[in-house]
Amino acid sequence: MGTYILKRIIGSILILLLIMVVTFMLMNAIPGSPFLTEKSTPEQIAMAEAKYGLDKPLYVQLWNYIKNYLHGDLGTSLKMQEGTPVKNIIFHQGKFALSIKLGLLALLVAVCLGIPLGCLAAFYRGSWLDGLLRVVTTIGVAIPTFVLAALLLVVFSVKLKWMPTLSGSLTDAKSYILPVISLSSYYTCYIAKLMRTSMLDAINQDYIRTARAKGVKTKALVLKHALRNSLIPVVTYLGPVTAGIITGSFVVESTFSVPGLGKYFVQCVMSRDYPVIMATTVVLSALVIFAMLVVDIAYKIVDPRITLTTKED
Amino acid sequence: MEENKLLLKVKDLKVSFFTPAGEVKAVDGISYSLGYNEVMGIVGESGSGKSVEAYSIIGLLQNPGRVIGGSIEFEGENLLDYTPEQMRQFRGNKVSMIFQNPMTCLNPVYTIGNQLTEALTCHDKTISKEDARKKAIEMLELVGINNAEKRMNQYPHEFSGGMRQRAMIAMALICSPKLLIADEPTTALDVTIQAQILELMKDLQRKENTSIIFITHNLGVVADICDRISVMYAGRIVEQGKVNDIFYDPQHPYTRRLLQSIPRLDEEDDERLIPIEGTPIDLLNPPQGCNFGPRCTECMKICLRQKPPFAQVGEGHISACWLHFKDALEKEGEK
Repeated sequence: MGTYILKRIIGSILILLLIMVVTFMLMNAIPGSPFLTEKSTPEQIAMAEAKYGLDKPLYVQLWNYIKNYLHGDLGTSLKMQEGTPVKNIIFHQGKFALSIKLGLLALLVAVCLGIPLGCLAAFYRGSWLDGLLRVVTTIGVAIPTFVLAALLLVVFSVKLKWMPTLSGSLTDAKSYILPVISLSSYYTCYIAKLMRTSMLDAINQDYIRTARAKGVKTKALVLKHALRNSLIPVVTYLGPVTAGIITGSFVVESTFSVPGLGKYFVQCVMSRDYPVIMATTVVLSALVIFAMLVVDIAYKIVDPRITLTTKED
Repeated sequence: MEENKLLLKVKDLKVSFFTPAGEVKAVDGISYSLGYNEVMGIVGESGSGKSVEAYSIIGLLQNPGRVIGGSIEFEGENLLDYTPEQMRQFRGNKVSMIFQNPMTCLNPVYTIGNQLTEALTCHDKTISKEDARKKAIEMLELVGINNAEKRMNQYPHEFSGGMRQRAMIAMALICSPKLLIADEPTTALDVTIQAQILELMKDLQRKENTSIIFITHNLGVVADICDRISVMYAGRIVEQGKVNDIFYDPQHPYTRRLLQSIPRLDEEDDERLIPIEGTPIDLLNPPQGCNFGPRCTECMKICLRQKPPFAQVGEGHISACWLHFKDALEKEGEK
């Protein structure tokens, strides 16, 4: 297990380096410059670019990024908060914490709601409850996040005025509700669908018949024998879900004006704030990679047939 | 055999599956009895209803299957009158079952020890964890699994097929049931392992005094272990008798044809196997007469009109065929 995690961490660093290179190339492929405004003259732009080293050849710029990142220096913002170290913007202004809080809550809702709903649908297969859940989950999977977020905003905040329009820094519990619903709805519905299928699959397996033949109670049959087996596909799906929820928060944060990392990310791309783009991408990627590692380890815990070590071990 | 010495008495049991296409009479009125410490083989081809019949004893019939008639008496009590909770307490405790495919019959995410002790604890709430574990290790040793202590903590995928079937047998016998139903327990195993498992079952049957209903499509397998054999065809028992009667003096044409179709080691090299021509009947539309009639080479007119009754052809040997009534029929001018 230890060797496996170590290997994964080394692999993750390589992946992050690759992500940096790709991000750098894409970033420079977008036309424009952080210093481009209506008033600025070409001379002013050239001066500012020279000051931040943007006039140097691209490979030198990239090397500087990598070198600085290896020293833990994420650079300083060029535009959004000029001169402020990017590290401070991400970690000390609560942006990172805000996004993580929102993402984890949405993930929690998706798992805690999706799994029981899927189980219910499986047990009452063919009943009205199953039918209702099928309709609801299909709609939930079909509606894109940005449509749902806008819809919720219009209905509950603008028309009914039950919820705040601007969720802001999520200081009170009420302001969480709409962003979390928008962020988690797709995943809740998808997990519910997945869970229904795998639960139905599990309860028809031979080992369930064996357990019944042993005289195991129905409750234990479902909660012990069927649930753990049917969780395997769900856990597999949780990796991409975590990634999706984190990146999905861009839209939700923008819609509900939550000053999180996602919203900031969109803004910094708009204003070509290169160091901020780079830092946010790397931080979010690291987060996703970490989530994947956690999922892989969880996978091993749920299903003992999985071995994490590679053949050489 | 005295009436009160019987462990199990199945009387005119009828099981049907209610499918969208209509009622499938999987088991169509079968009766037999089983004494204490007796091993009965139920032999028949796929779809003859032998497993369905066993599942109705242990209450594991799945929708849309339903028992629609008859009775199953276990030590004098009709199992069909049991509530679901009574049935649950009965399963695994008084009667237990082992299945065909040991590769899929154990839960892959729990250890063997966990699954073995569960069979104990779900019937005996008072048993302590240590006692249950001790008993489980004892059972594993009994079925010939070495290193039982260590094996307890392993998962099914770390066991070979034969070992899994051994573990299944240990699990089935852990509550010392009076009846063990073995549904093709050796079919999925290779031949050498088959022989080992059969040997083990024979051995355990003697040690534990368990009655066994041994379901198989393989006549060779039952010869060794069974006291009596029932031959089933299309939901009905066609012949029943002691193992030697069935093998050396088969009376029903189906049994005879079945025996002719198994390869034998002591036969001449150029001896050809004789297959049973035709296909099993459609249970959705069973024929009016004898179910085997359409495939029978000795079929008479009456066979296609009326189901044959049982004829006593020897001591404890019965066969359901009109051929046994041939003389009487000829006298009446019917044939």
